[in-house]
Amino acid sequence: MYLLILMLPLLGALISGFGGRWLGYKGANTFSTLCVLVAMIFSVFAFCEIGLSGTVCHIHLSTWVESGILSISWGLLFDSITVVMLVIITSISSLVHIYSIKYMENDPHCARFMAYLEIFTFFMLTLVTADNLIQMFLGWEGVGLASYLLINFWYTRLAANQSAIKALVVNRIGDFGLSIGIFLIFWLFNSVEYSVIFSLTPLFENYTLTFMTFQIHGLTLIGAFLFLGAVGKSAQLGLHTWLPDAMEGPTPVSALIHAATMVTAGVFLVIRFSPLIEFSSTILFVLVIFGSLTAFFAAMTGVFQNDLKKVIAYSTCSQLGYMIFSCGMSCYNVSLFHLTNHAFFKALLFLSAGSVIHAVSNEQDMRRMGSLVKFMPLTYSLMLIGSLALAGFPFLTGFYSKDFILELAQTSTYSNLNMFYVSFACWLGSMSVFLTSFYSFRLIYLTFLNNSNLTKTLLHSVHESSLVMSLPLIVLGVGSIFVGYLAKDLFVGLGTNFWGSSILILPNHNNFIEAERLSILIKWLPFTLSASAVLVATFLNWTFSSSVYFTLKLRKLVFFFAFLMNKKWYWDVLYNRFLIFPVLSFGYFISFKALDRGFIELSGPYGFSKLIPLWSKLLIKLQTGQITHYLFFIVSNLCFFLTVLVYGYIDPNFSLALTFFILLFFI
Amino acid sequence: MFEQLNCVNISSSLFLVSMLGIFLNQKNILVMLMSLEMMFLAISFNLIFSSIRLDDIVGQIFSLLILTVAAAESSIGLAILVIYYRIRSTVTVELMNLMKG
Repeated sequence: MYLLILMLPLLGALISGFGGRWLGYKGANTFSTLCVLVAMIFSVFAFCEIGLSGTVCHIHLSTWVESGILSISWGLLFDSITVVMLVIITSISSLVHIYSIKYMENDPHCARFMAYLEIFTFFMLTLVTADNLIQMFLGWEGVGLASYLLINFWYTRLAANQSAIKALVVNRIGDFGLSIGIFLIFWLFNSVEYSVIFSLTPLFENYTLTFMTFQIHGLTLIGAFLFLGAVGKSAQLGLHTWLPDAMEGPTPVSALIHAATMVTAGVFLVIRFSPLIEFSSTILFVLVIFGSLTAFFAAMTGVFQNDLKKVIAYSTCSQLGYMIFSCGMSCYNVSLFHLTNHAFFKALLFLSAGSVIHAVSNEQDMRRMGSLVKFMPLTYSLMLIGSLALAGFPFLTGFYSKDFILELAQTSTYSNLNMFYVSFACWLGSMSVFLTSFYSFRLIYLTFLNNSNLTKTLLHSVHESSLVMSLPLIVLGVGSIFVGYLAKDLFVGLGTNFWGSSILILPNHNNFIEAERLSILIKWLPFTLSASAVLVATFLNWTFSSSVYFTLKLRKLVFFFAFLMNKKWYWDVLYNRFLIFPVLSFGYFISFKALDRGFIELSGPYGFSKLIPLWSKLLIKLQTGQITHYLFFIVSNLCFFLTVLVYGYIDPNFSLALTFFILLFFI
Repeated sequence: MFEQLNCVNISSSLFLVSMLGIFLNQKNILVMLMSLEMMFLAISFNLIFSSIRLDDIVGQIFSLLILTVAAAESSIGLAILVIYYRIRSTVTVELMNLMKG
């Protein structure tokens, strides 16, 4: 059963990919969806068996590489983190499969799409079930590859190609960091097995190693490189630029990759390595700073985006920031809880957005929508559920995890654990709550409630999606309402032993109980902020929106600020101008023109092919045709060789020097 | 008179004169052939002097053979010259540059 969870998606991918021609699009759809559905049922069983019964399942399959001290094996490790991820991945994936049967029905490459979705699911499952770093890296790279194929699905579009390449290359930067981290781990621990690494980590608590002549704490260095990998995959500030651009793929792809699975791989890595990261306070500090900055930056940018999918993409980025800084506060289980909840409501939001886009004939700009609530009440209500869950409305899923993260941040701020930097995260996180709720409701108003900006012909064709598309939405809507409440006690309840040994939190970092003792006003803070954001959004959209916008637009500074946000703080422009363009011009002018086609060719084939005719022309000029000249050469060479023979016999250096002199003469 | 240095001097200077005769002469190929004969003469002289000095007959035999070779060589050379003259109707050395590289 445990093997089937992995093998079924692979089987589905291979058969619907290679056999799509014979299966037809209907066959491929049915077959691949069935494979994922069965895998989902099995992973629910695995969740009950491992998560609820508190066992760990470790399957050793075979050895992969054996070379001296290096031993890599194929093995599967199913513990609490893994089964949680399994349930998320397979359930979201199967819902996305069902959804895309209808969404992609008019697409000519349906079987290929299904195969890509399946192979993505398979690699994601490989990533989470691996019991060693190398197998995990296989999944990590495979997920990147699958994301390339999926973003690039409509390969005739230039923008899709560019985005796919960007996603792959930016991810590769993080992957490079991760591979250095793996090398360091092998160098330090002589093993890549999780069990070995995590049981040996406490021994290296005070170990320093010399890296580029600096004495660095070993675990900090490893953690830094692992975090670099997580930054790339989880789109943290710095390498986040690929995530919004990756919206070029079909909407189900965005729901699968950029909401629920791929971007969570980085967070999963950090959570998986909790027994190692816990021992390095520097890395925890970096996690908090980067996570909170990402949360704030993305939330702020999301407010000023006009593309329906980009708003949701930035909200994903922002929520990933929450997860990362929750890890930085040593609350890995809360982070994973938020990851679970986020998967449900973000997949719901993306798929609802897909439903809207489908209904208005592939129009993605929110400013050209409006008053869709009359036409698609079901999608509206589901999107409202998703947005409320995202904003942390009480008793929906987002409330249980996001508000808890903020409460923990408040606790760490007030306690004397010497975590002063958490107050920074606390402030940014609270502001992000406001912004999150604001852009969610801006989206709702612009898409569903405001006056319509659609053309009349489009308005006539607006329709509610069919049952195959609505069913996954309804399931996800139910999930978005209940998952948080149902899983709360299991994941983050006081004294829960659900996680077993899979997550390590050092006792002096643990502040769960203190979080229950916060004053009531602070506990109300996130709700107050999000509710006021809803009010502000309503106020701006309903009462005198146009006049307010108009007066604000007149202020140069406000206009500049809004433009800056809309252009994503010019990150892409800055990267292009100061990083990518200089590197590309270095590659062209220095390494290509000056070295490859310049110096190396000149001292290699090109230079010699020019030099030898030159020499031969000189030699040809010696033969004048005059007998006396020939005689002169004959006699002078006779004299020369006699001299060389006589003196060379006496002093060997003389002949060498003479030969050198002759060569100089030729040049 | 048969001192070795003297003999070698005479033959060497004769050789040098013939060599210069070949080099410095740019006009007439006949003078060139004569210088060549002089070269053979110088070498034969040298061999004969050496054979007397060393009291060895081989040098004289060698000089006799050289005499023969020189005679044959000059005849062939003059024959080539005559043929050349028949075709080009000139024997000027400077104009013999058809074999330019």
